[in-house]
Amino acid sequence: MRLSLKVEPRLETSRLLGLMIPVLSLVSALAMGAVFLHFMGVSPAKAYSTIVRASLGDAYGISETIVKAIPLTMVAIAVMLAFTMLIWNIGCEGQIFMGAIAAAAAVRYCFVDNRLVMFAIMFVLSGIAGGVWAAIAGFFRAKWNVNEIITTLMLNYVAINFFNYFIYGPWRDPTSLGFPMTPLFPDTARLTCYCGTRVHAGLILALLLPLVFWVVLRFTRWGYEIRVMGENPKAAGFAGMSYVKNVVLVMFISGAIAGVAGMCELSGLQGRLQAGFSGGYGYTAIIVAWLARLHPVGIILVSFLLGVLLVGSETLQIVMRLPVSSMLVLQGLILFFVLGGEFFRKFRIRIVTGGGHRASPEALKEGE
Amino acid sequence: MEILVPILTAAVRSGTPILYATLGEIVTEKGGILNLGLEGIMLLGAYAGFAVSYSTGNPWLGVAGAFCVGMILGLVHSFICVTLKGNQVVSGLAMTMFGTGASSILGRDYVGVTIEGLHRFPIPLLSDIPVVGPAFFRHDALIYCSYGLVVFLCWFFTSTRQGLYLRATGDNPRAADAMGISVARTRYFYTMIGAGIVAVGGAHMSVAYTKMWAEHMTAGRGWIAVALVIFAIWHPARAAFGAYLFGGVEAFQLRLQAAGTTIPAPILMMLPYLMTIAVLLFISIRKGKGIIFGAPAALGLPFFREERD
Repeated sequence: MRLSLKVEPRLETSRLLGLMIPVLSLVSALAMGAVFLHFMGVSPAKAYSTIVRASLGDAYGISETIVKAIPLTMVAIAVMLAFTMLIWNIGCEGQIFMGAIAAAAAVRYCFVDNRLVMFAIMFVLSGIAGGVWAAIAGFFRAKWNVNEIITTLMLNYVAINFFNYFIYGPWRDPTSLGFPMTPLFPDTARLTCYCGTRVHAGLILALLLPLVFWVVLRFTRWGYEIRVMGENPKAAGFAGMSYVKNVVLVMFISGAIAGVAGMCELSGLQGRLQAGFSGGYGYTAIIVAWLARLHPVGIILVSFLLGVLLVGSETLQIVMRLPVSSMLVLQGLILFFVLGGEFFRKFRIRIVTGGGHRASPEALKEGE
Repeated sequence: MEILVPILTAAVRSGTPILYATLGEIVTEKGGILNLGLEGIMLLGAYAGFAVSYSTGNPWLGVAGAFCVGMILGLVHSFICVTLKGNQVVSGLAMTMFGTGASSILGRDYVGVTIEGLHRFPIPLLSDIPVVGPAFFRHDALIYCSYGLVVFLCWFFTSTRQGLYLRATGDNPRAADAMGISVARTRYFYTMIGAGIVAVGGAHMSVAYTKMWAEHMTAGRGWIAVALVIFAIWHPARAAFGAYLFGGVEAFQLRLQAAGTTIPAPILMMLPYLMTIAVLLFISIRKGKGIIFGAPAALGLPFFREERD
């Protein structure tokens, strides 16, 4: 008897399956990651236990994981927002850098000795810087159909070099003994930290943003418009919605969120511009957004999970002398498996016998 | 002319990795598969090329090793895009992350090591032609191979039956399927070959250009190649022109830095990336909205073959 696999689309996906698939994807990615680490000469057991112990083992570890989850959540919301219009914002990394540069410029050139005013200025400027950086790519895309994946990505490299220009050049701290960094911010320009940890007030934004955008996308007219436009730009055009205007606007907001995330990272955590400022949050956030299936609230959860990986990778660098970017292997595998999982969400596989008829118990018996 | 020759020579040398990557992506995209993982594939190719050259002492084995690694990565990409019908953009991003991470773990023992690599091999007679000779014919053999590949692909796409099948698969998979071509098999095959060529571009960087391994050594060249495919409107000869143009910009900015210019290095280093955006903008404005001529019509779309009972 001949057995073959038949793939057919699922009409609907059950809730249980919807929850099981991301979890299973994650577990299989980690299992596959273990195999890879083993072949690369790294003990997977030691690597994974180090990751878990460093990030979840004690209160400090958990606080560090939250510190990583803050920018991840914000930036993933930025990615998600652009993607509701089917626009890829791969340029969040650059927008984070631009936000940080703007915030540093604010502190340098228009310092006000009042925390509230100072933060208002920093917030607005970093939002504008990140927003404009993303809106450039958005405008090109909407107006002339320039591939936004490439432009946003190229703008990342431009932004990082721009950042380097300042820390190696005009803004370098003369007392830093030649290290490429700016002077430390005054306290007025630093976000409050809680409970003696490095968890800073950016946490509030990271928790608020997903809720705000969940409401905006679900319940407002504009949210509805951009969702329609993402699914069917032509129909939206007939309904009198301006595609160009909305793409630029959405990209501006998306970039502004990333820019503000850069500001939070700067004034909440590092306090100065220095080399290696953002450890690839812009890219990791893409995974967050996908793993959370573009759901704003899911993004908070997944950000925490990937925060675990990021804290772990920093510890691995110290304990096992692995390069910081080594955890990109796991991130890449997670994305691969999430894609694989999508397949099982959309299709089901049935074992078919003989001429392609449905395998019933009777048919199986006859075959024997 | 005297200043031009060294710049041209350097343009060809530093443009070759981008050229291989662009050609590989053209082969892949002609079949309708978009592979955005070039950066990761180039990095793993660069690592594999270096590691094999180092341990065997034979740079050509290194290049072959890189090609095989590229084929394997292409297999993964086509499994996700063809069999699982997954999102090609996301798969490409995953490939970039995976390749960047894996190459930095694998290459951690090779940092600071140098190899002999591929030697320069001036072609007799041809290398004596003024300007053209030093610019194009005083390089390593892998660069000469890239000239051959450009010519071969031009011929292959337009004048062979297999090339026609490939283009049909990328332009109209349903028609190709009706002709009896297996869309899935064609896409698998050319995605793997394409990724192999991309990896050879990475290997050129480590085995012939720098003769060493460094983390993230491709520094965005994979992404520049993705943009160049559009610039080249999927034509191999235009790809060569574009790649040398970028090589030239890179060589030019390095030369300016070496000459001790007052322009800060980070500003000069923005040039290739800004130029990529400018080139893309120029092409898109000139072509207007809509389908860019030469683009495979079914690029990036999974093919669903209707099941027949």
